[in-house]
Amino acid sequence: MPKITINGQEIEVPPGKTVLEAAQLAGITIPTLCYHKDLSPYGGCRLCMVEVQGARLPMASCTLPASEGMVVQTETPKLADSRRTVLKLLLSAYYDRGDNANDGRENELIHWAKFYGVDIEKASLKAPRYEINADPNPFIYIDMNKCILCGRCVRACAEVQGRFVWGISERGFESKVVAGLDEPMLEARCESCGACVAYCPTGALENKLSIGMGKADEIVQTICPYCGVGCTVDLNVKDGKIIRVTSSPEGAVNGMRLCVKGRYGYDFVHHDERLNKPLVREYLLNGTQRPKGADRGKWVEVDWETALTITARKIAELRDAHGADSIGVLTSAKCTNEENYLMNKFARQVVGTNNIDHCARL
Amino acid sequence: MKTVRAMVLVSSDPQSLLNGAEQVYQQLQSEIAAFGLEDEVSLKMVGDIGRHDAVPMVIIYPEAVIYGPVKPEDVHHLVEEHLYKGRVAAELQAPVRELSGRIAWLSARKGTLPAEKRVVLRRAGIIDPTSIEEYIIHDGYSALGTVLGEMQPSQVIDVVKKSGLRGRGGAGFPTGTKWGFVAGTKSEKKYVVCNADESEPGTFKDRLILEGDPHSILEAMAIAGYSVGADEGFIYVRGEYTLAQERLHHAITQAEEMGFLGENIFGTGFNFKIHIHSGAGAYICGEETALIESIEGKPGLPRSRPPFPTTHGLWGKPTLVNNVETLANVPPIIQYGPEWYGTLGTPSSPGTKVYTIMGHVNKTGVIEVPMGITLREVIAIYAGGMKPGSSFKLAQTGGSSGSVIPASLQDTPMDFDAYSRAGVSLGSGALLICDEDTCVVDLGRVLINFFRNESCGKCSPCRIGTQRSYEIMESIANGNAKLEDLQTLINLADSMNEVSNCGLGQTAGTPIRDILKYFRAEVEAHIRLHVCPTGVCEIKIPV
Repeated sequence: MPKITINGQEIEVPPGKTVLEAAQLAGITIPTLCYHKDLSPYGGCRLCMVEVQGARLPMASCTLPASEGMVVQTETPKLADSRRTVLKLLLSAYYDRGDNANDGRENELIHWAKFYGVDIEKASLKAPRYEINADPNPFIYIDMNKCILCGRCVRACAEVQGRFVWGISERGFESKVVAGLDEPMLEARCESCGACVAYCPTGALENKLSIGMGKADEIVQTICPYCGVGCTVDLNVKDGKIIRVTSSPEGAVNGMRLCVKGRYGYDFVHHDERLNKPLVREYLLNGTQRPKGADRGKWVEVDWETALTITARKIAELRDAHGADSIGVLTSAKCTNEENYLMNKFARQVVGTNNIDHCARL
Repeated sequence: MKTVRAMVLVSSDPQSLLNGAEQVYQQLQSEIAAFGLEDEVSLKMVGDIGRHDAVPMVIIYPEAVIYGPVKPEDVHHLVEEHLYKGRVAAELQAPVRELSGRIAWLSARKGTLPAEKRVVLRRAGIIDPTSIEEYIIHDGYSALGTVLGEMQPSQVIDVVKKSGLRGRGGAGFPTGTKWGFVAGTKSEKKYVVCNADESEPGTFKDRLILEGDPHSILEAMAIAGYSVGADEGFIYVRGEYTLAQERLHHAITQAEEMGFLGENIFGTGFNFKIHIHSGAGAYICGEETALIESIEGKPGLPRSRPPFPTTHGLWGKPTLVNNVETLANVPPIIQYGPEWYGTLGTPSSPGTKVYTIMGHVNKTGVIEVPMGITLREVIAIYAGGMKPGSSFKLAQTGGSSGSVIPASLQDTPMDFDAYSRAGVSLGSGALLICDEDTCVVDLGRVLINFFRNESCGKCSPCRIGTQRSYEIMESIANGNAKLEDLQTLINLADSMNEVSNCGLGQTAGTPIRDILKYFRAEVEAHIRLHVCPTGVCEIKIPV
């Protein structure tokens, strides 16, 4: 394994690692913006520059392979100066209207600007260059005035989600992140998974449902209820209500990934019409005939025992009257493997039919 | 080929074509036929002959008389006088370029061509670029024969190393060393890429080689391929160079038919195939890693280095990227040996260099001269001096990313090391010569505007730094700048140089830094006195 020296500390690095990763292994923080551990290295923001002994100019540690005998300095007055210059330049093209002010989440650009003592107010752009919230996507909020062109959204969409919605159009200072051929996101194959939002370091991409919702009182880590994959979600809760759902790198199955349902489909939780108890038709409780016509009578709130008993009775009646093959069972991707296995047992052994299928095949 | 008593060449660079070279050619054809001279005289369109002051030009050999600008209606007289009666039609001759006795080591060419030492351009404008037979007669493909027949790959690399050839794309990296890196990387597949994107403003030396002598590049690439272990090559040609692309395609077909390219070349078992890839107008695609990305079909954004293309290049394979002019030097080095090559130029930068001369001089065009000539000599001898009534103020070398050379450096030998010691750079070989009516603020603004437009936008210092530098230059030109802005400009130039990802950003601030170093008083006059000393900038004095 190659040995390299970072800030005087000798580090043994597994082969194939970059200098940045080597530093992280040793607990040394190098400032980054365009880097994310899940994404391919880009080398665009130029914040992670380090001094390498023998090199004429500083080098980007995120793309620099660690090789035997390298001697690296990550914090020198000269590097701090150049980082300040880069941060000031980035801020000089950065305008924040404050739509999501005080949401309690750290904007990486502002974090590093503060760290290197840049006067953010003074360095920032004074008027917007782009229309704010111009895209009709119902879930993703775009403010390109806060974009620093780190390309993390582009890589997240391509490498994490495999949708290739984002790209960078134009050149130089006019470069901007666009969906497809500069068209609305949904027309550019976007499935609104929000991966780009999760990877954006500045809040140029945000969760539209959560704009202006403020800071969460607590983060509740739980499992997404939608399907059997079991993604970890972080519910951002304020005053007992979910104000946004975020993903976290700790998610064992999904990491930063979530789908549109897991990230944005949480309005049912606090919805007025949400059912909290089973309902059955009144005629079933009364044991009377099914009313004729479209209206089959009132819904009545019951306990689970009653609801399941009625369901079991009806299935048994149908089987006895028309044979087991008159019944089919469809299971759900929302169920776990174990639950699906039990439904299979139920169909074949309890009902006595091979008519079983799964929604994933439909 | 038939034996003829006279050879008539018509220049066919874009400017000649615009000025009617095609019609002149057709007229010549019919007049030669009318005088019954078809069997004695050969007629052909050649590429750019390196002179643009009187195009279209007609050169008649063996006398090597240059006529120009020739109009279709002159042709009858020309053919009658020169070819039929055997007299020079003096009134149609192009202005003569005077030679100077000062540089005796330049071998004078017969006739009225300027005294140059043509190595890479030795065939351009003389042979028919669409004829592989003419190329072969002029020693073409003999270097490839020598290499494949008599030399090991490592021997070829040693010869190139020994010659001291350095990259002509602008950076001056030793070519043999680069070849050694690629050869030393183990891989089943390797590539040779010829960088013919030539997009530095004012640089068109490579176009001359490609249009006038396309086979020399094919031959050099095959030699390079054999030496480094590659069997496939790409020529990335600037999109606007349609004639060059056409001629390269034609040349590749001919070379494949004759067995100089393709499978089992000369029966040695060596295979080499060349593809042409057209650029689409982005300056940045001349940067080698952006060029590689572009060939791969991606946006032309430079990669981070290391790893270098020599180990991870095209499609991740070891790739040799060389400039057209660099490659064009290889066959003569093989043919005449590294010792001969060392007799040209200076010890640190052997060989010749092709320069494109523009600006406030009497004669613009292309010259190929040994390395180490001075700017003063270029202006006095080849450019015919400054335009009447004007005097030299500065030169800008190497397109946009080169340096601004003040009069004090006029006598510095133009080679890689002497220029580097003087703190300036030679760049691609474009020489923009400016007189005292040139405003340095205006010049700096135009140059930084170019970078601002051509920055790819990938890395932040270049993307935003060029924009902010441009805004400051604009405010200086308008008389609205403050003195402290000059320090900001220097800081921006330094930061761009230190932390940008590629050569574009690293050199974008160079011209401005040079201007502030050599012409600070003139810049300050715009700020302190609200006056543009040359009267170029329109300054509205702020209220």
